[in-house]
Amino acid sequence: MTMLDMSIAEALAALAAKKISAVELTDAHLTAVEALNPRLNAFITITADQARAQARAADAARAAGDAPALSGIPIAMKDLFCTEGVRTTAGSNILEPFIPPYESTVSARLKAAGAVMLGKANLDEFAMGSSNITSAYGAVENPWQRDDGAKLVPGGSSGGSAAAVAARMAMGATGTDTGGSIRQPAAFTGIAGIKPTYGRCSRFGIVAFASSLDQAGPMARTVEDCAILLGAMSGFDERDSTSADRPVPDFRAACARGVQGLRIGIPREYRVDGMAPEIETLWQSGIDWLKRAGAEIIDVSLPHTRYGLPVYYIVAPAEASSNLARYDGVRFGARVDGADLIDLYERTRAAGFGAEVKRRIMIGTYVLSAGYYDAYYLRAQKVRALMLRDFNQAFAKVDAILTPTAPSAAFAIGEKMDDPVTMYLNDVFTVPSNLAGVPAMSVPAGLDARGLPLGLQVIGRHFDEETVFAVAGALERAAMFTAMPAVRAGAGS
Amino acid sequence: MSYTIEGSTGPWELVIGLEVHAQVISKSKLFSGAATDFGSEPNTQVSFVDAGFPGMLPVINRECVAQAVRTGLGLNAQINLVSRFDRKNYFYADLPQGYQISQYEHPIVGMGTIDIELESGETRPIGITRLHLEQDAGKSMHDQHASKSLIDLNRSGVALMEIVSEPDMRTPEEAGAYIRKLRTILRYLGTCDGNMDEGSMRADVNVSVRKAGEAFRTRCEIKNVNSIRFVMQAIEAEARRQVEIWESGGAVTQETRLFDPARGETRSMRSKEDAHDYRYFPEPDLLPLVLDEAWVATLKTELPELPDAKRARLMQDYGISRYESSIFVMEQVTADFFETVAKGRDAKQVANWMLGDFFAALNRTGRSIENSPVSAADLGALLDLIKDGTINGKIAKEVLELMVETGEAPGAIVEARGLRQVTDTGAIDAAIDQVIAAHPDKLAEYKSGKDKLFGFFVGQVMKAMAGKGNPALVNEALKQKIGAPAA
Repeated sequence: MTMLDMSIAEALAALAAKKISAVELTDAHLTAVEALNPRLNAFITITADQARAQARAADAARAAGDAPALSGIPIAMKDLFCTEGVRTTAGSNILEPFIPPYESTVSARLKAAGAVMLGKANLDEFAMGSSNITSAYGAVENPWQRDDGAKLVPGGSSGGSAAAVAARMAMGATGTDTGGSIRQPAAFTGIAGIKPTYGRCSRFGIVAFASSLDQAGPMARTVEDCAILLGAMSGFDERDSTSADRPVPDFRAACARGVQGLRIGIPREYRVDGMAPEIETLWQSGIDWLKRAGAEIIDVSLPHTRYGLPVYYIVAPAEASSNLARYDGVRFGARVDGADLIDLYERTRAAGFGAEVKRRIMIGTYVLSAGYYDAYYLRAQKVRALMLRDFNQAFAKVDAILTPTAPSAAFAIGEKMDDPVTMYLNDVFTVPSNLAGVPAMSVPAGLDARGLPLGLQVIGRHFDEETVFAVAGALERAAMFTAMPAVRAGAGS
Repeated sequence: MSYTIEGSTGPWELVIGLEVHAQVISKSKLFSGAATDFGSEPNTQVSFVDAGFPGMLPVINRECVAQAVRTGLGLNAQINLVSRFDRKNYFYADLPQGYQISQYEHPIVGMGTIDIELESGETRPIGITRLHLEQDAGKSMHDQHASKSLIDLNRSGVALMEIVSEPDMRTPEEAGAYIRKLRTILRYLGTCDGNMDEGSMRADVNVSVRKAGEAFRTRCEIKNVNSIRFVMQAIEAEARRQVEIWESGGAVTQETRLFDPARGETRSMRSKEDAHDYRYFPEPDLLPLVLDEAWVATLKTELPELPDAKRARLMQDYGISRYESSIFVMEQVTADFFETVAKGRDAKQVANWMLGDFFAALNRTGRSIENSPVSAADLGALLDLIKDGTINGKIAKEVLELMVETGEAPGAIVEARGLRQVTDTGAIDAAIDQVIAAHPDKLAEYKSGKDKLFGFFVGQVMKAMAGKGNPALVNEALKQKIGAPAA
């Protein structure tokens, strides 16, 4: 096994045993980035010099017997996290020249834990998308290949993070998940990813998309690696009023807990029309694996599931329309001068934002406008409350819920692009947990007939990521997912 | 209800409501740690939160919340233990986030009431509709550069309390009295300095007119009026404008207007059709603001004595009139000054001296009570010198002038200048003899019954003694010498 195929847990052990150095590990990954990024476009900005300096510091720290939890582990940072002195674009032209003078809490915590940042990962513009084609810095290509050879999307919005981890360009990555942006790309690229409970990770310094839904989380090739990363990312931050002031449990220990005696809910409403039969089959496999591992399977109902997408596509654009008002060309970022202030706004925003962002700003502005607020935004908030009640009622009977992550495997760049609504359907299984704020994780569980990875989703109670990790760990052990993408570091080709 | 505007169709009544924006006294801003000092160099008190940088989040400042609660308590208002922040969305160059964080549907303070005092001595209760917290915007400056507008974000994010009154006022005087009373209460509470000329208190004025007994007619809002005088002028000008419109067969349209003090008129700023659609929605970056009842109760017990209570107490404790007391309580420092001087002294006399010569001296020298050239202790010492007979009242007025001029203590002035009154009967007798000798004709007239001349002799004796004679002793000795006047 090369260093590039190691899990974070394995690499930490190898580093601790002095079998490898952080500098070697980082250099190997930087070489992989150099080789693969021109094709996959997973990184917008590569911070090689900084990464090497961090790796040297990690080796020095370890030599001094003072290595923190992630010392020397090379990761990719989604380019939505503000990084001090390193350009942060949010995948948008409007932030093309933006170099933040501050660091996001999550990236600061990872840095403090010794993680090495290889660069800033590509994403859908302002995290709005399920395919990574809306990035102003070009689409990301999925390292997996379909039997017809078509170039596939890696999912989105954390598509650069997913592609980098799947292709062995990084050992792990940060993502953010507003409606599925960690879990869906994780499923599309055959890796694991968790959206923790809303409030588990600080949102301070993350470019905001939809404040009441946005949540940071890790993406990695194993469930345990996600747990290790999440442990370093989590925790109360007084600079984010919505972050939770509660202790961070030992997520890593939870991964091996097993599911003996756990009650697993199967929501009947997730059997949607048009779902690929392979996904139906995989879901059944997941049920069987958990049953065999000692879990009790219980049918549950989440009756308002079908309103998830409409509610999401009202609430998220509404918040986004307001959150993106600050990109006006006045204080930072790109500016296109105009005859007067209004002209400056219009030219700056017309040039700075892409089509999908504009679409969502318009939808959001519409649903908040006088005369429509009650019919759309207010109604959506009421349904959102019902969806939360659905989950609470289900979690009175079960400890976790098992569903597929996405209704299909990765599709080709160009497919599903004509109609935004078809694209939005990708989020059908992931959106409800954002609306309810509950933790949810995607685990790679199998391949479809065309050789593409599929994921299963585990949803847990608020702040019970431990059970999510326990169930995800059990699925991972049962699924024995060992397939690797065609395009990856060390694969030759 | 006497104030009306006389139109061609008869008298019109005014209906006035005020929205006062009061800048909260706090070290840092409503949602960031940046400082709030007035008059700092532009853009030196700005955090990344205030400048609306990507990923920045608001965090509520506990002290600003406490200030709003104190103010609500001071306005006898309901404190809402659960309130919520909303975003008010609009684009402007000095609004960095593209929205103002405010409280729309669920303000921190609900209904309350304050009593205003009118010239006539009447008091009138004015309803408070609500008080909510919101952040201020920055400041655009269009006159600093030939082709550019400059923006100062020092004020961006500073906490404001918007205090909304019921449409309970009927005259410009009442509106003026309301703002004055509100300002006094805020200053007592220490929640707003009330300096309208520095912009820390601004008023939006809602005005409509109607015939007696009618329901409300359409109102106009006059934005951002920055002095009490202008508020009163703006109301009158706007009411006259509306009367003219109604009487000429037109209809007032709801709109936002500005007052031009130079021309004494209001002019349209934007009509209802052009009004912004603010797209209010709950601020998702902040949790609902939940107050602990015990905390509110603690704040209540820590409130200072407020003007109405203080006025009643001063009247009760010191036996001064309502008028005198009202003047003293307008500013807390004045009331404190009065109490310091009046303690252990003749309060009525203290009141007379303060309202008379002392205030006159302050006015003349352009000083306020905070930087008075005469301390409360010195004024008290001066009155003590009168009381113990060291000086007489007339000399005391002179001594006060010298105190104002030199800042010296009254005792020192009296000693240095030999102003101590003469109680030596020998010296008084000598002066009387001298005066009698100089005015034999007047003495004869007096003796023949012209009693009024007694005062002439007193005056001459005092003059001969350079004003320092003890008036009682002089009177007594004169009576001995020339006989008491018949009356």
